[in-house]
Amino acid sequence: MLEVSNVTKTFGSLVAVREVSLTVERGELRAIIGPNGAGKTTFFNLISGFFPPTKGRIIFDGQDVTNLPVPGRVKRGMARTFQITEVFPELPVRENVRIAVEVGAGYALRPRLSATERSGVNRAIDELLERTRITAKAHRLVGELAHGDQRIAEIAMALALKPRLLLLDEPTAGMGEQETFEIAGLIRRLHREENYSIVLVEHDMRLVFHLADRITVLAEGALLADGTPSDIAANPDVQAAYLGHAA
Amino acid sequence: MSGLLKSPPGDRHRLPVLALVWMILLLCPFWIPYIGGYTSLGTRILVLGLAAMSLNFLIGFTGIVSFGHAAYFGLGVYGCGLILRYVTGSTPLGLVAGMLLGGLAGTAVGALITKRRGIYFAMVTIAFQQIFYFIAYKWNGLTGGFDGLRGFTRANLDLGFTTINIINNDYAFYYFVLFVFAIAVGIMGLVLRSPFGRTLLAIRENERRARFLGINIERHIWLAFTLSAFFISIAGGLYALLNNFADPSSLYTDLSGELVIMCVLGGIRVFWGPLLGAALYVVLQDYISSHTVNWMFFVGLIFVVVVMFFPRGLLGMLRRRSEA
Repeated sequence: MLEVSNVTKTFGSLVAVREVSLTVERGELRAIIGPNGAGKTTFFNLISGFFPPTKGRIIFDGQDVTNLPVPGRVKRGMARTFQITEVFPELPVRENVRIAVEVGAGYALRPRLSATERSGVNRAIDELLERTRITAKAHRLVGELAHGDQRIAEIAMALALKPRLLLLDEPTAGMGEQETFEIAGLIRRLHREENYSIVLVEHDMRLVFHLADRITVLAEGALLADGTPSDIAANPDVQAAYLGHAA
Repeated sequence: MSGLLKSPPGDRHRLPVLALVWMILLLCPFWIPYIGGYTSLGTRILVLGLAAMSLNFLIGFTGIVSFGHAAYFGLGVYGCGLILRYVTGSTPLGLVAGMLLGGLAGTAVGALITKRRGIYFAMVTIAFQQIFYFIAYKWNGLTGGFDGLRGFTRANLDLGFTTINIINNDYAFYYFVLFVFAIAVGIMGLVLRSPFGRTLLAIRENERRARFLGINIERHIWLAFTLSAFFISIAGGLYALLNNFADPSSLYTDLSGELVIMCVLGGIRVFWGPLLGAALYVVLQDYISSHTVNWMFFVGLIFVVVVMFFPRGLLGMLRRRSEA
């Protein structure tokens, strides 16, 4: 599904990501972890097309997307969320999702929709709101919701694009206990019940070891380890990297 | 089902507001004398209101600020004036010519500047406006230069079966302008309520999110700029017809700034806000300038008060009240 080979990203003389490779299978939930400054978010931005890598290749669904701009990646089935929630704050949840559904359906340049298309859009919105369990807040402005609900709205918008690969950048960053629990539940449902392929960057280790099929560990911009949660838990290098930084 | 029963905020008042606005506009010639105005003052409000609403299509609904929109207004003025002066005496053709001149110039400029953002975008719009201003100012032989373009008048409307006198019947001309205004504003409203219009709101609200939904930001901003230029150049054409004169100041920076002030006065997040802003601006100008030549001082004072105490503009504040 996703094959990243030997990508490097430099900013001036800083090497943020060095020769990192990663393969994600269809239906897999892959977590990317690492101490602060390990290059997780930069790596994530390379995958989602925020900027192109300095070196290396990214193959998505058999096609080279290394230098493909964002709209092209979205069209091929990649959707992402952000560490700091990116939504349309002054619009209601429902309108946030509506825009995503319409753009995802290819209506972005349409001056009007037929009655059939409109009811299709409305049905898709209702379904997305149900799946993410945010129907009750559909008419509230997103900017007025709690962090956790804003994040859920953002995930609903990503899902509206009918992605084949969902990229979640620290989905529980800044969330309280209850919110983390709800978002973890949503991610698990998307993975286990709806079979989404998911790549996520995350700080919450409980969540990572609980949800991930495989874990990639980055440290100082390079690949430190790659394996199942139990491999990673037992890996002395990983323990050293984390404890070393914690101490 | 609950989606049908509970309409989103702002939508609840849509029909009553529409009815109210159109009633006020349709009856304007009848009530405006009672508040010390006159019909052609109403016409002026409509024309500048359309201009401000066109600019607000960018500022309020796409989230990008042009400080050089007088360029396309002024090109509308000159396009209309030049056709009436040199080519044909047909009022509708004059309007079409103004719309094409301003709209196509906006299309070209828009294509060049969509990668700029914020203050840089605003600066480039000013730069292009200065270019158009100096062309009109220097090209004496064609445009009349500093003195402006005279020697044309709007012509009566020939509908085939009858002719409408808009030359010296102020009422008829008001309703002609209102007719054109209604078409332009109607299209603007439809665009904003379309899927395309919602992508513009998306860009205004959060460009990064919009981009990662797969919206081609540059293309959409370019289209918004183009549409806005077409709308405002229609207002420009009407302005030429209203004054029977094309004035280089209609292409000048001052007007660009005044249009932004109108938008902010009325409220940039409200569709009709800039029309109210224009009405206020035009009426104040008319009223205060009959007492003092320093009328701009008082308009500035009022602007400061509105920005400090009603940052959402006058209509923006009203809407907030009614939702609370």
